[in-house]
Amino acid sequence: MAHAITRSASDSPPRRRPAWHRIIIGWSFILPNFLGFALFTLIPMLAAFVLAFLKWDSYNTPEWVGLENFRRLLRDENFYVALRNTLYYAVGHIPLTLVAALGLAVALDRKLRGVQFFRTAAFFPYITSLVAVAVVWNMLFNPTAGPVNQLLHALGVDDPPRWVASTDWAMPAVIVTSVWRDMGYYMVLFLAGLQTIPKEYYEAARVDGAGAWQRFWRITLPCLRPTTFFVVVMLTIQSFKVLDLIVVMTDGGPGRSTLVLAQLVYREGITEGRFGYSSAIALVLFVIVLAVTVVQFRLNERSSTR
Amino acid sequence: MTALPDAPPAVAPPRPPGRSASPRSRGPRLVRTALAYVCLLTVALLVLVPFASMVSSSLKRNNEVLTVPVEWVPREFRWSNFVEIWDRIPMTTYLGNSVFLSGAITLLQLLTGSFAAYGFSKVRFPGRDALFLAYIATIAVPWQAYMVPQYIMMQRAELTNTYWSIILLQAFGAFGVFLMRQYYMSIPDDLCEAARIDGLSEYGIYWRIMLPLSKPALASLALLTFVNTWNDYMGPFIYLTSNELWTVQLGLRSFVGQYDTEYAMIMTGAVLSVLPIVVLFLIGQRYFIRGIATSGLK
Repeated sequence: MAHAITRSASDSPPRRRPAWHRIIIGWSFILPNFLGFALFTLIPMLAAFVLAFLKWDSYNTPEWVGLENFRRLLRDENFYVALRNTLYYAVGHIPLTLVAALGLAVALDRKLRGVQFFRTAAFFPYITSLVAVAVVWNMLFNPTAGPVNQLLHALGVDDPPRWVASTDWAMPAVIVTSVWRDMGYYMVLFLAGLQTIPKEYYEAARVDGAGAWQRFWRITLPCLRPTTFFVVVMLTIQSFKVLDLIVVMTDGGPGRSTLVLAQLVYREGITEGRFGYSSAIALVLFVIVLAVTVVQFRLNERSSTR
Repeated sequence: MTALPDAPPAVAPPRPPGRSASPRSRGPRLVRTALAYVCLLTVALLVLVPFASMVSSSLKRNNEVLTVPVEWVPREFRWSNFVEIWDRIPMTTYLGNSVFLSGAITLLQLLTGSFAAYGFSKVRFPGRDALFLAYIATIAVPWQAYMVPQYIMMQRAELTNTYWSIILLQAFGAFGVFLMRQYYMSIPDDLCEAARIDGLSEYGIYWRIMLPLSKPALASLALLTFVNTWNDYMGPFIYLTSNELWTVQLGLRSFVGQYDTEYAMIMTGAVLSVLPIVVLFLIGQRYFIRGIATSGLK
């Protein structure tokens, strides 16, 4: 094969030869991965856009219906419920995880004997499978004899929430569980960010008599800005597409109290076989994530140029 | 919260410029260290309580799991739970399936990912960076947005309810390419140039120089991929319907669905499903954390 390449390349002007050669070499490296990537990620991704404008279920032939799926979406009560629940989850999950992860990182960013043990412990929940996580937290949140409610009782709460068994408290329970699971992951990102802050800043602040609290607000937080921004963007994307935790922990229930958008996509598309309609929901989900991310980038630009 | 200062800032005296280690400052420092440890221990306890309750419940009788007040240590350790679970559900099959799936996907991801990463980092050709940008862009698109087209494809190809569906969908991820490329970029081009002058082909450079040099990155990618695949629920949940193909996650979930009051057995299963990953993580922790810290992406 190499022979064929050099021969055909020698016909063209000598300067172009390396370019052709390199294109073929380069693609030969990329191709094995690209074939799989194009076939199973890129094409489905593009297909999702087209599907959203089709009426298609498992039995009938696809038919172009324009915006009909989206019109139907606006009349679908489940869509509004799922949208509200997704926002609810995001509004709880993003700030809580951010604060917990940052707190852990600052607490664990010191030279103490055995600090590595604590870092490992904080990261443990993240490598635990969601099924195991859901199983344990559902037990902890048991309304009658669960440790969480026993603790609340001991603290003087006479009528503790029924958590996953109640429509009002199932989402908070899911949020607590997801914060517990994800904080270790973002802690690692924050720890990496903390390493980049020059130690001299802290020394100088100490000399000027700044306390630990002041040092945190005046040095640590401003210097961590790029990391914090990155973490917020990641958390946002992650929150809007939440699916597996919900499926294994509450399956959208009780009632529709924890039904989220990604789960609606799954139900309509894979369980019910309404390919077109579910793709319309997926497209809306994607556009929301994109819009929020773009807004975050804009805000970040504006405040960093200020 | 634990980041709170060890002493209120107002009370803390400004340090003398010389910073001489006077014997007087040793006392407060000891207290401070002790306080820091107390804070850390409290946090660690809060983080680890769910694990403790999982392990302790797995060694109890079913009716001893949810008691008032909570018993953290079982009255008698029922190790027999860990024998019984193998009879209750086909645990060997599930574990074997999980190992096979995770292993196959990790291997393919490592091979194709590092191979493509070489093309993206060390071979210059037109269109390369645009293509790489397309790769990166797809990482930001939620998988949930295109899971239905993927499903339709697999259904038409009659690959649902086979391992092929999961392997094909997960083995060529853009993430692996991204992680490996980041690492290759840190290896100087001069090294490749020198090898080229010595007459090594591009494939030779990849195989003899880049691969051995990138062992830490390969270890990171292998661990991340293996753990993610092992823990994956939605993939197997969507595609695998026959019991004999199920992974540990599916098997455990189905057991929970059928016997939701057998808390002890459920926790035993949970412990068994988490144990391999915990061991793997403890062995390769360094690479795992580094992989996340450098890429920042899942």
